Amino acid sequence: MTTDKEQYKVHKEPFYQAQGKEVVLYEAAYAARLPVMVKGPTGCGKSRFVEYMAWKLGKPLITVACNEDMTASDLVGRYLLEANGTRWLDGPLTTAARIGAICYLDEIVEARQDTTVVIHPLTDHRRTLPLDKKGELIEAHPDFQLVISYNPGYQSLMKDLKQSTKQRFTAFDFDYPEATLETQIIARETGLDEATSAKLVKIGQTARNLKGHGLDEGISTRLIVYAATLIKNGVDPKDACRMAMARPITDDSDIRATLDHAIDATFA
Amino acid sequence: MTTGIRPVTDARKRPMMHPQVQTYWHEVDCGFPPVADVFEECVYEALAVFSREQMKAYLEAARVLGKLGRGPEPMLAFLEEWPSVVTAVGADVLTPVMDFVRAMQKSPNGKAIAPFLQTLAAVARRLQSAEQLQFYIDIARDLMVRTTGSIHGHHTTFPSPGLPEFFAQAPFLAKLLSMAGVKNWVEYGIRNYGNHPERQVEYFQLKSADSRAVLQRERHGTLFADVERQLDLYLRALWCDSDTLVPYSTAFDEIRKPIPYYDKLGLRVPDVFDDAQGVAGLDRYRAVLAHMIGHRRWSKPQIADNWSPFQRMAVEFFEDCRIENLLMREYPGLRRIFLALHPKPVEDACDPETTSCLRHRLAMLSRALIDPDHGYADTDLLTFAGRFHELIAAGESSTDEIATLALSYVAKTRRQSDQLAKVHFDDTVVDYRDDNRQLWRFIEEGDEEEAFDEERRLEQNKEPQGLPPRHYHEWDYQSQTYRPDWVSLYEALHPSGNPAVIDRLLAKHAALAKRLKRLLDLLKPQDKVRIRYQEDGTELDLDVAIRSLIDFKGGATPDPRINMSHRTDGRDITVMLLLDLSESLNEKIADGSQTILELSQEAVSLLAWSIEALGDPFAIAGFHSDTRHEVRYHHIKGFSEGWDDAVKGRLAAMEAGWSTRMGAALRHAGHYLSARKADKKILLLLTDGEPADIDVADPQHLRADAKKAVEELATKGVTTFCLSLDPKADEYVRDIFGNRYEVLDRIERLPEKLPMLYMALTK
Repeated sequence: MTTDKEQYKVHKEPFYQAQGKEVVLYEAAYAARLPVMVKGPTGCGKSRFVEYMAWKLGKPLITVACNEDMTASDLVGRYLLEANGTRWLDGPLTTAARIGAICYLDEIVEARQDTTVVIHPLTDHRRTLPLDKKGELIEAHPDFQLVISYNPGYQSLMKDLKQSTKQRFTAFDFDYPEATLETQIIARETGLDEATSAKLVKIGQTARNLKGHGLDEGISTRLIVYAATLIKNGVDPKDACRMAMARPITDDSDIRATLDHAIDATFA
Repeated sequence: MTTGIRPVTDARKRPMMHPQVQTYWHEVDCGFPPVADVFEECVYEALAVFSREQMKAYLEAARVLGKLGRGPEPMLAFLEEWPSVVTAVGADVLTPVMDFVRAMQKSPNGKAIAPFLQTLAAVARRLQSAEQLQFYIDIARDLMVRTTGSIHGHHTTFPSPGLPEFFAQAPFLAKLLSMAGVKNWVEYGIRNYGNHPERQVEYFQLKSADSRAVLQRERHGTLFADVERQLDLYLRALWCDSDTLVPYSTAFDEIRKPIPYYDKLGLRVPDVFDDAQGVAGLDRYRAVLAHMIGHRRWSKPQIADNWSPFQRMAVEFFEDCRIENLLMREYPGLRRIFLALHPKPVEDACDPETTSCLRHRLAMLSRALIDPDHGYADTDLLTFAGRFHELIAAGESSTDEIATLALSYVAKTRRQSDQLAKVHFDDTVVDYRDDNRQLWRFIEEGDEEEAFDEERRLEQNKEPQGLPPRHYHEWDYQSQTYRPDWVSLYEALHPSGNPAVIDRLLAKHAALAKRLKRLLDLLKPQDKVRIRYQEDGTELDLDVAIRSLIDFKGGATPDPRINMSHRTDGRDITVMLLLDLSESLNEKIADGSQTILELSQEAVSLLAWSIEALGDPFAIAGFHSDTRHEVRYHHIKGFSEGWDDAVKGRLAAMEAGWSTRMGAALRHAGHYLSARKADKKILLLLTDGEPADIDVADPQHLRADAKKAVEELATKGVTTFCLSLDPKADEYVRDIFGNRYEVLDRIERLPEKLPMLYMALTK
């Protein structure tokens, strides 16, 4: 990976509506270079928050979307074969540690547990990253910070962080914003009028009430934003809601019928 | 010579008022005085409807009926009912009706002619078309042919026991069911009670439980049972409420139609809703629920003692409207449903001079309060609608405020005629509203309120022994339908015995266990498997890479597959072992040393030990049955229990008895399995014979049901596998389990075979 800092910078201010004191608290955590964990259901604004903070602090941001096939070398780096032998290529975590970026590991629980262990030395007082294959010990740049996000809503017992990982982070607990705030967010983000946004939020909440009764996850703020965007572009509100809010989250016909009814009842 | 029984005057000579009627009377040539009494009236009624030819046919048919030798009833019924039949469905049905009458007359069912004719008009009014009536006659004919018969050893043919009862119930059936539904209901009765006269009569009288259950299943409209989950989701999603929904029957309470209500046991709703006024049955349910939820949210109980019934009624109407306005404010889409369902009384439909118009006034007002485009001109109504909307414009208002408004409305619009006994009811019933019982509190038990239900406290029931039964359907292959809630299954913990017995059994098979252990080690999940020689992989495989590099440097073509990756290879299998504990297990095996039961115990112990070693979650249960009313399901080991002494104790105490009703047990075991989270769910059934029970004569029936149960489980992601100990199992086991079965010829090898089989299955 290149070490050009500029390309990782967030240049335009992302829209982020604070729900509480999280911005101030994050700044304090960054000042002390404490690792941060952001928890919350999907689509509630975790990634947006991190992006916003990177912008606010003026630091480069390197985001890694974790998946279950990810290995330690995907984070740290690996040898590539070249005509004259092999060449070492830094992984995103290494790059971030070298250039002093905020490294954001999105949905960390998706990664295998052996993978998550490589971040341990970076997250305590050592702030180092040993590259055992290369035989190098990287001292983290003073600006480096590690942020992970995860969604505790996963029902699977397999997908949980180890205590030894959890206890290296300070944490923010995010949830979908309460109705008026969410309405403002939708309106700001998409430019849709407040009344329609409020209706969308109301439909979103009907689905959140069903969490655990056939739905694993309610309608996220992100999906509501999608619906609002469609409406803003001239799509009929009922169609937009069906397409962006009801259909994506369920295949269960009873739940779909209930959500459709909620949409009809709200947009009379 | 005179005989004592002959009437003094011959009815044939009875004089009629009108000469034309007199001619007709001679034509029908009838000697029954009861007929003579009503003849003239019937003819007048008929003349109003019939053409000349139709009149002729009418009289001719009546004459025939009079000559059947069945007394005056058939003829009387015909003369009285026929004109209404013709008004409803036309005169063309006379031929099929008379054909059917003749068919009954020729068979031993002559007694059913009168009931048939007596309810014919009521049925015809429901059916409204000649084709439908023809369909009805076909059903009746089918019923007659198939239930008339001889009983072995008697030399007479017996009339159909159910036919007259069917005719008696026909108008009721026609009201609730479509003709296709009636056909299914009749079909069910014929098939299940064809050979049992008393039960058949009960069925067709709608007195037996399954008669009612089948009726309920066939009803038209939206059945509660079909939409229960949707309504539950509706409550949770839109109203954040999760109260229990309790259906009440609307079919059998003719006089006092129940109204939705709620109490501390739940929300009571009807068991079926037909579509009405363009609103689907499901939406009617939603309207009812929304209304009750509204009351729960916003209504405050009022002290009712000082108010007259009229005042209370007005308060109820006003409060209902306030609730609905608030509901529509929450979800504007409800307006369409409420307005479609709320009656729209015509403004001057009620004459205040002769009738009590209170209900009519209130219904109009109620309409006006929820419908801005009501179009009524009454000044009082408009004033109060205005005041009402002022009250709720600011916020939610309250029951107290609304009650004050309602009382002043009553005071303002009171009329002397409100006290009249004749009440105007048309268009005043709002059927989605509940009965408002939660709106009232009575401080004193008033004289007019009946207080005797206080006394009838139910005796405290004794603590029930064991779990309540679970009911399961059973598949009827002949009609290709389910028999609703047919089987009662009782689940209980298996009694406990001495766990040492099982340990001894395991020790006896120590050699086998050792062999199994080796196999098990091979099967044990190795969480990660390395996949080498990958062009694209997660890690560099150094050995191969160096080799390639050497090749490369040496000028040869290098192998580009120098990476490797990992694959996880975990086992995610859940297994349920279901044991048939029927009587036949007590038989000794061929060499006479052991019973099949003992062998099963050994086999199950070894299997349990193996599965435990593999680490797959597993459960063990046994079942046997004594008719459909008692299928016993014994819990031996649960998924979360370890293979410990408690479990071994239960296994040791295993006993065999009774029969094998497989379907219900499969369904019950499957319902536990399907609640588990696993990639593969296996239901392993160990049985020594085919499904059978003492209350089922047809061997195909329980087989077909078991097959159906297996199919149901397959759709839920449960794989069923059967290990049969019956050497003759080949005849049926494939029918039931497809190719997922194995027949064990040498039973004595069972202890070895069962664990091996499991390992082979899950390899």
